[in-house]
Amino acid sequence: MALLEVRDLSVRFVRKSEPTVSAVDGVSFDVHPGSTVGLVGESGCGKSVTSLAIMGLLPGRGTEVSGSVNLEGSELLRLSQREFDRRRGKDLGMVFQDPLTSLNPVVPIGLQVSEVIERHRGLSRRDASREAARLLDRVGIPDPDRRLKEYSHQLSGGMRQRALIAMALACEPRLLIADEPTTALDVTIQAQILTLLKELVAETGTALIMITHDLGVVAGMCDEVNVLYAGRIVERAQRHELFSRPRHPYTAGLMASVPRLDSPRGQRLAPIEGSVADNIPWEGGCAFSPRCGNALAVCGERAPELETIEQGRLLRCHNPIGAAELERAHD
Amino acid sequence: MLGTQRKERIDGLAESGGDTTAGVSLAASAWRRLRRSPTFLVGAGIICAFVLLALVSPILAQHDPALRLLEEQVSRADNRIPAPQPGFPLGGDQYGRPLLSRVLLGSQQTLLVALLATVIGLGGGLTLGILAGAFGGWVDTLVMRVVDVMLSVPSLLLAVSIGALFQQQSQFTVIIAVATVQIPIFGRLLRGTMLAQRASDHVLAARALGVRQRSIVFRHMLPNALGPVIVQATLMLAVAIIDAAALSFLGLGAADTSTPEWGQMLGSAQNFFDTHPHLAFWPAGCIIVVALGFTLVGESMRDALDPKKRR
Ligand SMILES: Nc1ncnc2c1ncn2[C@@H]1O[C@H](COP(=O)(O)OP(=O)(O)O)[C@@H](O)[C@H]1O
Ligand code: SF4
Ligand SMILES: [Mg+2]
Repeated sequence: MALLEVRDLSVRFVRKSEPTVSAVDGVSFDVHPGSTVGLVGESGCGKSVTSLAIMGLLPGRGTEVSGSVNLEGSELLRLSQREFDRRRGKDLGMVFQDPLTSLNPVVPIGLQVSEVIERHRGLSRRDASREAARLLDRVGIPDPDRRLKEYSHQLSGGMRQRALIAMALACEPRLLIADEPTTALDVTIQAQILTLLKELVAETGTALIMITHDLGVVAGMCDEVNVLYAGRIVERAQRHELFSRPRHPYTAGLMASVPRLDSPRGQRLAPIEGSVADNIPWEGGCAFSPRCGNALAVCGERAPELETIEQGRLLRCHNPIGAAELERAHD
Repeated sequence: MLGTQRKERIDGLAESGGDTTAGVSLAASAWRRLRRSPTFLVGAGIICAFVLLALVSPILAQHDPALRLLEEQVSRADNRIPAPQPGFPLGGDQYGRPLLSRVLLGSQQTLLVALLATVIGLGGGLTLGILAGAFGGWVDTLVMRVVDVMLSVPSLLLAVSIGALFQQQSQFTVIIAVATVQIPIFGRLLRGTMLAQRASDHVLAARALGVRQRSIVFRHMLPNALGPVIVQATLMLAVAIIDAAALSFLGLGAADTSTPEWGQMLGSAQNFFDTHPHLAFWPAGCIIVVALGFTLVGESMRDALDPKKRR
């Protein structure tokens, strides 16, 4: 059985003065215990909103959430804020993009870590503080006893993110959501943080939802990958399948824009033309059609459905990559 | 109109100090800049001088301020008031009481009234601001309605009306009246900075860890929302001194004038403005200078905290 089942999750922001934004539109996926699932897409495609919806952290006013988020058999979307407070940090945790702003600037790091431990594990302040030092040590922060007394501005960006990871994993939740955990960090630090995350989830058996706009991150970490475009999943595949045979033109576009070690030096990357701003709403056809090299006439008329094309592989496209070749092969 | 302007000023301050991502380091760098600011140094010098004066005035004052030591030199008929003389450098007031001793000791009452009024105003404003900013929703709407109505009444008019509600006039009346005027100002300010905190990344991160609501409000929001409030409190001390003086001047202060207070001294000097201006000059001068001191410190703190002026 899946640890987390997200079914038909939709989030709409309804504002009086502005047009309604459909940020997440019928997203479904499963996360199995101990597995790592990627959510990939450009900025604005609804990755953060999806994760906040799972965490129950979306603003209450003007937000319509529908569908179902089921964690170990209990429906999260129906929890009251109070009930949710007891499970966040304990059963599911989250690491955010910007470690500098994610820490409270006026409270010492140690207090922020031990607060979570006291809260969910019922340890005394002394024990919690000792446990906090152990956790900081575990996430690779040298001299943890000194660091516990320091404030966020005294730590480097990488150390801050390590501390935040320590906090999110302090109670060994079964699910961790990491929302672009390395985007705000120096390139050299990014790899270290990803390695640390990989180690920790393997060690504790925590399932991980890895959110990123960077396929390079996915390639290193994920078992299964969901590609999101304009609030909908457009392709899902096991990592190796996705990288060896991308079927959706958007996925292929993302891959072409990732620098590769084996690509000839000096060769320009090929970013996808246009931007998310060029989307058409899904109701009017395929949202990607204004930017798609494969677009057919039907793409501007009817939105493609998400279909299972083979075991464990879903695709939402009228004219996927490789279709012509496949047909030829069949003939 | 007036209310709108005041609201905009308050909200401007809430925004200017709303960026507290740097927290402790921000306070440290603000302090470094303050120490080099002439405005701050002059203001702080004035405040220190007056606080010191209030502390040592019982030693400095040669005479009991309540005693009519020079009464025989007072003459109502030909408008005579005791002139400066040996032992009485400023002479006496219209009752023959020693003017210098009264001016010196007046510092105690004036500073105490301003301080108490601001502390009460701050307490009330913090309560309202925490309620509104922490809970949002209908609590926020209700609190802010009340606050905005209070802000739309000119502050001195509000203070006078509150003062007039009391049967017996006393220093306490003045304190409560001045404090009441401050409550909505602190309330609106703190609500603004609390709401900014509610939407901040670190509060979202704390909520993602299931941190208790109480801790979210008092550990993760409030300390980060206080910067602009501290600035405002310094500025409000100046306003409180002026307002308290104005109320005393209007006769809303203590009926018993044996304990000297600058505003009340100024008020009772008004019949002698043309013939004996020095009776008004000393208390008025003190009020203006000490209020200026608090304003200079408050304004320089506001500049030091303003991220737009920070490099
Ligand atoms: N609180 C909000 N109110 C209105 N619109 C929002 C809000 N949060 C996000 N959005 C919109 O939802 C869409 C998806 O945002 P997000 O999930 O943050 O994208 P990303 O994939 O970059 O994380 C964007 O168009 C964004 O503008
Ligand atoms: S449905 Fe059409 S426009 Fe959309 S991705 Fe497929 S080919 Fe391109
Ligand atoms: Mg995002």
